[in-house]
Amino acid sequence: MPTTTEQPISNRKGFFTDTTLCIGCKACEVACKQWNQLPDDGMNFTGMSYDNTVSLGASSWRHVAFIERPVALSNQDAGAFSWLFSSDVCKHCARAGCLESCPTGAIVRTEFDSVYVQPDVCNGCGYCIVNCPFGVIDRREDDGRAWKCTLCYDRLKDNATPACAKACPTDSIQFGDLDELRTRAQKRVSDLHENGLPEAYLYGANAKDQPGTEGLNAFFLLLDKPEVYNLPPDPVVPTKRAAESWRSMAFAALGMAAVVVGSVLAERNGVRR
Amino acid sequence: MAECHPVGFRFVMKARERGATIIHVDPRFTRTSAVANMHVPIRAGSDIAFLGGIVRYILENDRHFKDYVVNYTNAPAIIKDEFQDTEDLHGLFSGWNPEKGQYEPDSWAYKGSSHAKGMKHRETATGEPYSERASQVGPAPEQDPTLQDPRCVFQILKRHYSRYTPEKVQEITGVPPNLLIKVAETLCNNSGRERTSAFCYAVGWTQHTVGVQYIRTAAIIQLLLGNIGRPGGGIMALRGHASIQGSTDIPTLYNLLPGYLPMPKVGEHPDFNAYLDNSTAAGGWWTEFPKYAVSLLKAWFGDAATKENDWCFDHLPYITGDHSHMTTVADMADGKIRGYFVMGENPTVGSMHGALQRKGLRKLDWLVVRDLNLIETAEFWRSAPEIDRGEVKPEDIATEVFFFPAAAHTEKDGSFTNTQRLLQWHHKAIEPPKDCRSELHFMYHLGHRLKNLYRDSKELRDRPIRDLAWDYPVEGKIEEPNAEAILKEINGYAIADNKPVSGFTALKDDGSTTCGCWIYSGCYADGVNRAANRRPAQEQTWVAPEWGFAWPANRHILYNRASADPEGKPWSERKKYVWWNEDKKQWEGFDNPDFIRERPPSYRRQPGAKGLDTISGIDPFLLQGDGKGWLYAPNGLQDGPLPTHYEPEESVIENRLYPQQCNPARMEWKRKDNPYHKPWSDPRFPHLLSTWRLTEHHTAGGMSRWLSWLSELQPEMFCEVSPELAAEVGLKNGGWATIRTARAEIEARVLVTQRAQPLRLNGRTVHQIGLPYHWSSRGLVQGDAANELISFVADPNVTIQESKALTASIEPGRRSRERRVVTSGPLAGPPPGPPESRDIAKNPVKPHGRNG
Repeated sequence: MPTTTEQPISNRKGFFTDTTLCIGCKACEVACKQWNQLPDDGMNFTGMSYDNTVSLGASSWRHVAFIERPVALSNQDAGAFSWLFSSDVCKHCARAGCLESCPTGAIVRTEFDSVYVQPDVCNGCGYCIVNCPFGVIDRREDDGRAWKCTLCYDRLKDNATPACAKACPTDSIQFGDLDELRTRAQKRVSDLHENGLPEAYLYGANAKDQPGTEGLNAFFLLLDKPEVYNLPPDPVVPTKRAAESWRSMAFAALGMAAVVVGSVLAERNGVRR
Repeated sequence: MAECHPVGFRFVMKARERGATIIHVDPRFTRTSAVANMHVPIRAGSDIAFLGGIVRYILENDRHFKDYVVNYTNAPAIIKDEFQDTEDLHGLFSGWNPEKGQYEPDSWAYKGSSHAKGMKHRETATGEPYSERASQVGPAPEQDPTLQDPRCVFQILKRHYSRYTPEKVQEITGVPPNLLIKVAETLCNNSGRERTSAFCYAVGWTQHTVGVQYIRTAAIIQLLLGNIGRPGGGIMALRGHASIQGSTDIPTLYNLLPGYLPMPKVGEHPDFNAYLDNSTAAGGWWTEFPKYAVSLLKAWFGDAATKENDWCFDHLPYITGDHSHMTTVADMADGKIRGYFVMGENPTVGSMHGALQRKGLRKLDWLVVRDLNLIETAEFWRSAPEIDRGEVKPEDIATEVFFFPAAAHTEKDGSFTNTQRLLQWHHKAIEPPKDCRSELHFMYHLGHRLKNLYRDSKELRDRPIRDLAWDYPVEGKIEEPNAEAILKEINGYAIADNKPVSGFTALKDDGSTTCGCWIYSGCYADGVNRAANRRPAQEQTWVAPEWGFAWPANRHILYNRASADPEGKPWSERKKYVWWNEDKKQWEGFDNPDFIRERPPSYRRQPGAKGLDTISGIDPFLLQGDGKGWLYAPNGLQDGPLPTHYEPEESVIENRLYPQQCNPARMEWKRKDNPYHKPWSDPRFPHLLSTWRLTEHHTAGGMSRWLSWLSELQPEMFCEVSPELAAEVGLKNGGWATIRTARAEIEARVLVTQRAQPLRLNGRTVHQIGLPYHWSSRGLVQGDAANELISFVADPNVTIQESKALTASIEPGRRSRERRVVTSGPLAGPPPGPPESRDIAKNPVKPHGRNG
């Protein structure tokens, strides 16, 4: 697989999920499951607003969060309350922890700059799961392999839009060329600021905003802190810290050695005194 | 709308992004409220009071669109001196007949005009096409264009709504005065020459004992503000599911023939001439009625229909009375009906009072169910609450059930007609599996088998089946009828050359044309399936005439003559739509003008005019006999010429506007198995209950509860309650609750949410319990059916049930397993209420009739 840097700019695809346009219909969840023929995640009433699939997982590659907040939106006349919706998905990080930690090479970066798990190569080791700062990728109980959003790789090969974006009735999920999406998203934010919604901001739109992932290929327009949407405020891909970790470990090892040597010396020098 | 019509809501979101203000008035905080600019929480069942408050605001502050109101509505019409308003009669209109429990509407008419012919009481007139009756009223003989005469509609309207003050509205609806005024002001500021506002509603408005009058109130507002017949205006009826509009146009209703022609009635229509005479209008477009009736009979009976035999009019079934849904089911429960076809519907779950529905099914000889899945209506004999409890044993049920698996819309050709009157064709993508067949296949082959059975009959009574023209080409191994051939029949064609007609103006009353549904005529003009037109938006004008086919005559906005001023000029450049071209002497515009093309704005109806000559140049509402939009309905309604706030059959509060508690003309089914809870402020049923839908499920669940991808999104029946109610009663989020009405009890999981808020009414706190109605005993996800709780009670105009406002109690925990259902005898536990009704008007003219 070619790497990112060799890709023509125009072929880098992603999602811009504008949560101000989401109506919480979950068409994205259903379209995704239908296209990818995913099983259900269990029939469980959660009592958490209208969210009964709870999170992204091995069989839910889109998940709509329902947030009931005792705070009004700036542009609404609805008392001290608002109900936020946000369709979450794999972020296809520029620096993908899952990909970097995969020991078998099952997880690759595609020609569309998306992060793709090859199910026939995955051996289910699960390293990717702990290395995703968003908790996106997950193993399916019955087959042990890791699964997540493919950015509808098969559809992209046919020049088709991913199923979720295609099904979204209100264009909350926008699919396209990343650079164009980023420009559009910036303009959207400034438009919203002008139209009385100063709380709008982009989450993970570029490396500057989110150095820990070096930017997301699936980024979001949010109206509250990331934590409110169950997104980490400052995600860092663990492998990004690998060098640092190794360095720390080397220091630690040296330190341990020093302690051991020191204690031996100390004993020799004084304990029996 | 976002909750139930997410795809249609796409356009609302687009409008919002372009600066439109979205106001959401709903007892429930839904996905629509979440994205609207303003959410107005309201007590379920109080909308007429709220809308009446807006009418009052418009009139008191002189905010109506004067040129529009004076010229295009019946505001100047003078009403008979005998007419008395609810203001004069303490909540009743003149003409109330307490013995019959009905109105005699003669006094409501225009002064100097006699009451329309054929206007009968609800035994025969229930659910009649409003336009049919409306068409029989000529222009008001006396008018006051200054709108000052105290007997003119405008002044009557003003007096009628004068008591709907913001303070009174708050006492009834719970909407604070400042919020009501803000809504009213927003509407007024966004209406007039330069701007228009639209209303969208669904069954939250219709399913009440005053359902029709809810819509009428919205119509009054829209007419006063000049928002009908203009781009961006109107009132959108969001239908319950796909092609419900289509099933009224080519009806599944007992009292209509295709295109809103009335069914013949025993006594009223002894022969075809009487039928025509009773149905043909004095003025306006319905003067064309004979052409549509004759063409329809020619389509159905072909060569057998001749002028000599009245075009086989006598072959049509005559209706003998009310055969609406609830009446039919009650008759069924009383053993009066032997067989029942249920197609694409799940009445034991989706319709009111499931227990009574099933009681009816148990008394049948046979039942045919056609559906995608083995729904509860097909399984009523082995899967129902009364069977689980052992009160009814399957072996005691003699009903023979036939289940026919149905083809899905992707497995057959056909069309949908939705909210916007747009016929949209869908093509078959795959063959239906196994024994699954389309409705077309079923009806066609059933018809053929019937015709074969009666082939040699010499009996006169069998002639209708023998004469029925039933020749449609069939295709493929399964002999599927060609759907386009049926579309051609609906469009109509000239018999001489078998060529499709261009539209309904080409139809004749001499038997030379056929037409299956006159309003759809033109959908197959030139032999082209116009319903299948799919030109992308970018490749055509913004009216999009080349996407599907909008009936009538591919007209996207009805009554669009009103988009131009009385002289025929657009009201404004911004809202330009159709206009009079003085040079070409014709109407033209972005849409197909809804007017007689060459009729100049200056034309006036001459005395003695007949037919289409009765339509003046300033009569945009050309299906009305007087050509005007009706602020006041002098004819056609069973429960009054002006919308009036009445409480629901079961209400938590007293009517604070009138001594008359409920709609006096409402229909009740007084049966032991259909008890009502009439007292208000009753601690036994202290809460307000409303039923509603979720995006994730489809109506009674037949299409969603069998699909894992939809079921997992809303896997269990639940009730929505406020944190305050939960604390008061002891409900825990995620726990169980039992909900009771006078009819039944059900259990549901509890969803405590801030979206549900108690209302403060006149110092009292009112809690509303919300129940989605999608679940029942079959499918991947199961739960109790909310509609078990609902009674048989109806609006008198269209016999729709009241399922949006009931009284109920709620307590923590699951329901008992032993409780009886009301159809098996009296309910144990809290009794449903005393037999005596408190629903009696406390005034000197108190009605004593059966509905008083």
